[in-house]
Amino acid sequence: MLAFTLRRAIQAVGVMVAVGIIAFSMFRFAGDPVSQMVSIDTSGAEREAIRKTLGLDDPVIVQFGRYINNAARFRFGTSYQFRQPVTNLLMERMPATLELAICATIFAMVFGILMGVYSALRRDTWLAHLFQAISLIGISLPTFLIGILLIYLFSVTLGWLPSFGRGEVVRIGWWTTGLLTLSGLKALIMPSITLGLFQMTLIMRLVRAEMLEVMRTDYIRFARARGLTTRAIHFGHALRNTLVPVITVAGLQFGSVIAFAIITETVFQWPGMGLLFVQAVQNVDIPIMAAYLMMVSLIFVTINFVVDILYTIVDPRLRSTVSRAH
Amino acid sequence: MSVGRSLFAATLAGMLALTVTPASSQTLRYANQGELKSLDPYTLNESTTHAHLGQVYEGLVERDRNLKIIPALAESWENPEPTRWRFHLRKNVKFQNGDPFTADDVLFCADRVRATGSNLLTRVPADAKVVKIDDYTVDFILTSPNPILINQWDTWYIMDKKWAEANNAVPPTPVAATTPSYASLHANGTGPFSIESHQPGVKTVFKANPNWWRKPEHNLKEIIFTPIASDATRVAALLSGEVDVIEPVPIQDIQRVNASPNATVLTGPELRTIFIGMDQARDELLYSNVKGKNPFKDIRVREAFYKAIDAELIKTRVMRGLSTPSPLMVAPELFLLSKEFTRPKADPDGAKKLLTEAGYPDGFEVTMDCPNDRYVNDAAICQAVVGMLARIGVKVTLLAQPKALYFAKILKPGGYKSSFYMLGWTPGTMDAQNVLHDIMGCRDDPKDPNRGESNVAGYCNKQFDELADKILVETDTAKRNQLIKQAFELGNKDWAYIPLHQQALAWGVSKKVKLAQRADNQVLLYWATKEGE
Repeated sequence: MLAFTLRRAIQAVGVMVAVGIIAFSMFRFAGDPVSQMVSIDTSGAEREAIRKTLGLDDPVIVQFGRYINNAARFRFGTSYQFRQPVTNLLMERMPATLELAICATIFAMVFGILMGVYSALRRDTWLAHLFQAISLIGISLPTFLIGILLIYLFSVTLGWLPSFGRGEVVRIGWWTTGLLTLSGLKALIMPSITLGLFQMTLIMRLVRAEMLEVMRTDYIRFARARGLTTRAIHFGHALRNTLVPVITVAGLQFGSVIAFAIITETVFQWPGMGLLFVQAVQNVDIPIMAAYLMMVSLIFVTINFVVDILYTIVDPRLRSTVSRAH
Repeated sequence: MSVGRSLFAATLAGMLALTVTPASSQTLRYANQGELKSLDPYTLNESTTHAHLGQVYEGLVERDRNLKIIPALAESWENPEPTRWRFHLRKNVKFQNGDPFTADDVLFCADRVRATGSNLLTRVPADAKVVKIDDYTVDFILTSPNPILINQWDTWYIMDKKWAEANNAVPPTPVAATTPSYASLHANGTGPFSIESHQPGVKTVFKANPNWWRKPEHNLKEIIFTPIASDATRVAALLSGEVDVIEPVPIQDIQRVNASPNATVLTGPELRTIFIGMDQARDELLYSNVKGKNPFKDIRVREAFYKAIDAELIKTRVMRGLSTPSPLMVAPELFLLSKEFTRPKADPDGAKKLLTEAGYPDGFEVTMDCPNDRYVNDAAICQAVVGMLARIGVKVTLLAQPKALYFAKILKPGGYKSSFYMLGWTPGTMDAQNVLHDIMGCRDDPKDPNRGESNVAGYCNKQFDELADKILVETDTAKRNQLIKQAFELGNKDWAYIPLHQQALAWGVSKKVKLAQRADNQVLLYWATKEGE
């Protein structure tokens, strides 16, 4: 078990290093940060001086060494655009992204499970068909289009919900939250739906398929034969058994919800890390790009690592194959 | 009983007084596609930043709605001799923290703006001496006459010496700063608004300065600024009434905004000139199938290109009518005699003939460099140019890139690597000489290494440079304008560049808001009034 954990940990570190190398090599194609920082009529000498301060004149290998050295210690330097430490900027933006990601996941779970159960149990009703149609839309329409459609419907036409931003936020220590004010909650609705729609469809389809399969199993038949109420059978036995894979998928997807928040945040001008990253790409703000990519890959790697470990704890069959393999 | 009644009356009166709206009571919400990246007025020489900070800081002079220079922190000024400028400072002006404004602040700022790290080095000539005569008189002593010394001083903002010293902000925050400075996150000017809160890239709140020396023309109590980068969202926010002013409105959305019940678009020509350049410096083009010679060195080829490109067609088809075709490399607002120039009509047949005479009856191939996220419809304009040149047999390969890659390639640090390109230019000095010097002057002038710094095409004519040098020191306005005219005539005769047009400004403004639009695209909200909600 220990060997397994250790091996997984080493693999995780390997992934991080790989991401670091790929990210660094990409920065070289993003353009010249200096011409993004100064006005067009800035003299060549002034530009040179800036290049020197930023260390962009050093040989590639020196730059790479410095980058890896700093990244390993989670020191990402100062943003080129804002002249502030990247760590501060990310910490300032993190609550917005996490709140959005959590709300989107909750939305996806609640509606995904409800719709999935319904369309499995009442397969041929018109509502079930409608849910199937919605799931098709959720899977096929790109996120930014859904976001813009929602904005035009609910902000411009109906005027119910704000089209951008987080609304009023309340500061609790270093965390800022929009959950405690009315405008903050209203601002959360559309971005959460936009971000969570894809996950919702995924969960809905998963629950429906699992549910249909479970309903055919022997223990459900025995339960019916024993005369249990339909409700007890459906929710006490069938649903509970479908939930294990659902929770696994939702957990694994949480990482990509954070990563995909980039698009949703851009559409809704949501002041989170994804928006910060997009603007960093446009302005060749290498320190922010580096920090964001490393952070997202860390989140992914951590979630996968934890899930791997949990699996072996939860599922004894997996543990035995693991120990046999060694 | 009577006590109770008068108490009641007093309460009622107090409540009434609260409900009556005072003069400056409105909140104006403003969204721009860009962010406010630094509050230090010497970090970035860029017009959006200047506009934001112009609401907090003021210069010795300022520009009115028509860009005319008017007194601000300096009440008046004179030239006792051509190389000496004397400024009489305004008395009883206070910074927002209560410090009085005096000559010491001007001296301090003249040093700070010329210090290492400032992006506004040229605001005050490096060899100029600044002398304090008394608390409210300052002399600037120059080494040579400079008729346009104060042209850029509307954005040379005056800071508080005492405040800067107390907060460790004496050196300017360099654009490549590695530690955050106090001045980049806080501001203390003499202007109409102070900064109440500032979260970079998220939100900035400006509050009206009750102690401003001027009588406000606005009726605002605060301005809430939010950057909204996505075009669709920015327009939606205006249409839904969540913001009152947006800049810019994408060209394709202008009609829709105008058709909506609650907003309109303010349009007008911008000072920026969009033009096309042809590499005339190299002996062989970098990106062409013509080897061993450079077709653009032949004046007939340049004329043919000029005449093949139809600026009117670009205006109607690409810019939806929102551009002003230009015969000059400078905006008409910035040069009095520009009326005397007309743009030669497009003439594809004549162009084809010229190309044949020059020895390219079947045309040739060349790559065009173009940004795709910098100017209004930039990539679409280049696409149109490609089509127009195809009519005369020239096969253009278009390389449209994001500005980060584009500028790195074509500007001086990248080695002017382009054969054919499109660029936009607003003279920072608001004066034609800047164009003659930076864009059209010879590169590699041993006496003046900065000449032709942005002359990517490498146009070079010594006679032209002589004129530019004369213009630099000529203090008689009429004579100076004649010299500028001569220079532009010379450049046009050489077909040095292909000026295309002035692009249009497009600001989305709620119908509740009245706002003055200035051609330099600075959204200055101290001229805004808003109706009560």
